[in-house]
Amino acid sequence: MSLTEKEKQSRSNQLSEIFALKRKYLAIPYALFLILFVVIPLLLIVFYAFSKTTIAADGTKTISFSLDAAVGFFTSADKWSVLLISVFMGIQTTVICLLLTYPAAYFLADKRFNTNQVLVILFIMPMWINFVIRTGATRDLLNWMGLSGGTHPWEATLIGMVYNFLPFTILPLYTTMLKLDRSQIEAAADLGANPYQVFTKNILYQSIPGIVSASEMVFMPVMSSYVISDTLSEGKITLFGNYIYLDFTNSLWSEGSFMALIMLFIIALSMLLTRNVDKDAAAARGGNLW
Amino acid sequence: MVRQDRKKLFFRILGESYIWLLLLLMYLPVLVLMIYSFTTSTNLGQWNGFSFDLYFELFNDHEVQVAVGNTVIIAVVAAVLSTLIGAIGAVGVYECKPWVKKTLDFGTQIPVVNPEIVIALSLIVMFVFLWGIFGNFGLSFWTLLAGHLVLCVPFVYLSVKPKLMQMDPALYEAALDLGCTPRQALRKVVIPEILPGILAGFLIAITLSLDDFIVTAFTAGPGLLSGDSTISTISTYVEGIIKKHPLPAELRALSTLIFLLVLLLVVGVTVFNNVKAKQGKKRKGRQY
Repeated sequence: MSLTEKEKQSRSNQLSEIFALKRKYLAIPYALFLILFVVIPLLLIVFYAFSKTTIAADGTKTISFSLDAAVGFFTSADKWSVLLISVFMGIQTTVICLLLTYPAAYFLADKRFNTNQVLVILFIMPMWINFVIRTGATRDLLNWMGLSGGTHPWEATLIGMVYNFLPFTILPLYTTMLKLDRSQIEAAADLGANPYQVFTKNILYQSIPGIVSASEMVFMPVMSSYVISDTLSEGKITLFGNYIYLDFTNSLWSEGSFMALIMLFIIALSMLLTRNVDKDAAAARGGNLW
Repeated sequence: MVRQDRKKLFFRILGESYIWLLLLLMYLPVLVLMIYSFTTSTNLGQWNGFSFDLYFELFNDHEVQVAVGNTVIIAVVAAVLSTLIGAIGAVGVYECKPWVKKTLDFGTQIPVVNPEIVIALSLIVMFVFLWGIFGNFGLSFWTLLAGHLVLCVPFVYLSVKPKLMQMDPALYEAALDLGCTPRQALRKVVIPEILPGILAGFLIAITLSLDDFIVTAFTAGPGLLSGDSTISTISTYVEGIIKKHPLPAELRALSTLIFLLVLLLVVGVTVFNNVKAKQGKKRKGRQY
C-alpha cells in the first residue's frame, strides 16, 4: 500500500520538525566549548584571585579564601606604578595612532581621491607578517638609528607600539569614513562653515564610532602587551602584560589572577562608558579584512 | 571654478603624498630587513656584499625549520577545528530561542574583548586546577590547541553569523517544499550561502594562530616536531632570541620569504575578487 498524499505530507512535516530540533542541537558543542574553555577559566581566575594555596609540611596543598592578592596589589607602590605606566602608554599610543591614521583613512575613503582598494590592503598587510619578527626588526632598526631601548626605553617602546597598532586603527576608521554622509559635509560648507568648522562640527562628529572602535582595539592590547615592551625597552618598561607574565613564570597564580581581574574590570568599565556608541562601533569593527 | 579645481588638485596631492609617506614609514623596518637579507653581516647597517647565503643557511637551520613546521601544523589544525566548531555553532545557534542566542552571543564576545594574556592566564589557571584534581597531566600539544581554539573560534562564529542573518529564511523552506530532505537543504542551500563567511573565518583563524605569541608561550608543552622539548613556533623561537640578541641574520631571509608569500596571496586574492566581480557584472548584464 502506498501512502496517501496527506500521510506523506504529515510525515515530512514531522521529519522537518525533528530536524529543526536537531539543527538547534548543533549549538550544543559550541555552548560546551564556551563553557569549558571560556566561562570556567574566567570563574577560576576569580576563584584564584581571592584564595591562597598553602603547602603543608607533608606536601598536601590546601586552598583557602584569602584577600592576600588584593591587599598585595593595592598596597604595592610597584604595582600601582605599573598600572599608571600602562595607562599612560595606552593613552599615548592610542592618540598617536589616531592622529596618524585619521587623515589617511579620510583620504582613502574619499572616492574622489582614491578609487582602488589596493592602498587599503597595503595598510593592513603588515598584520600578516609575524609580529615578533616585526618587533625585532623595529628594534634593530631603532638601534641602528641610535634610538636604543637602553638609552630611550619609553620612546623606543612607544614607536614599537605605534608601528604594531597602526593597521588596527586604520581599519575601523576607514569603514566609518566610507559611511560618511558627504552631502551633509557639502551642505555645511555651503551654509557658510569654514573648513575648520566643517571638520570639528561635522566630520569629526560623524566619525566618532570609528574613533571609539579604533581606540578599543589599541588601548587594552597595549596595556596588556608583553613582547613589544619587553623587547624594545630591553626590559626597562614593565606593563601590565609583563607583570602577569612574570607572575606566570613564577607560578604566582593568585597574584596573576588578581591582576587579570583588574584588567577585566577596566575592560568592563570601558565597555560601559562606550555603550552608547558601541552599536555603531561594533558595525565599524565588523567591516573586516576579507 | 578654476580655483576650486586647483584646490581639489592640491588636496589630492596632499592626501596621496601623506598616504605614501605613512606607508613608507610603516614598511621601513620590513624593507630594511629585506634589503639586508642579501648580505651576511650580523648587524643592520653593515653591508658585506651581495649574496644568497642567508637563504641557504635558512634551509640548513634545523631549529628554524622545526619552528616553522610547528607553526604551520598548529595553524592548520586550529583553523580547521575552529572553523568546524564555529560554523556548526553559528548554524545551530541561529535556530535557538532568543535568550539562548543572546547568552551564547555574549559568551562569544568574551574572548574577543579579552586581552590575550588574560585568556592565556585563565587557561593555565584552569589546567593547574585540573592538575590538582586529576594529577599533573602536564602541558602538551592538546593544551596548546585548546588555547588556539579559544583565540580562533569566536571569530569564525562572528564571521558566519552575519551571513546567516543576511540569508533569506524562505530559501531553506523553499528547498524543503521542493523535496529536499533537511540535510540536503542544509548542504545545497544553507552552506553555499554562508560559504564566504566560513572561508573568511578560516582565514582569520589561520592568521590569528600564526601570529600568536602569548597563548602559545603559556600553554605549550612538549610534542610535535620539537619532540621532548617544549613546542616552539616562529613567535616563541624568535622571541627567545631577540630578548638578548639582535634578530638572527637568517631570520631576515625568513621574513623576506614570508613577506613575499603574503604579498603573493594578497595579490592573488585581490585579482581573483576583481575577476569574480567582473564576471558577476557580465552575467547580470546578460540577464536583463
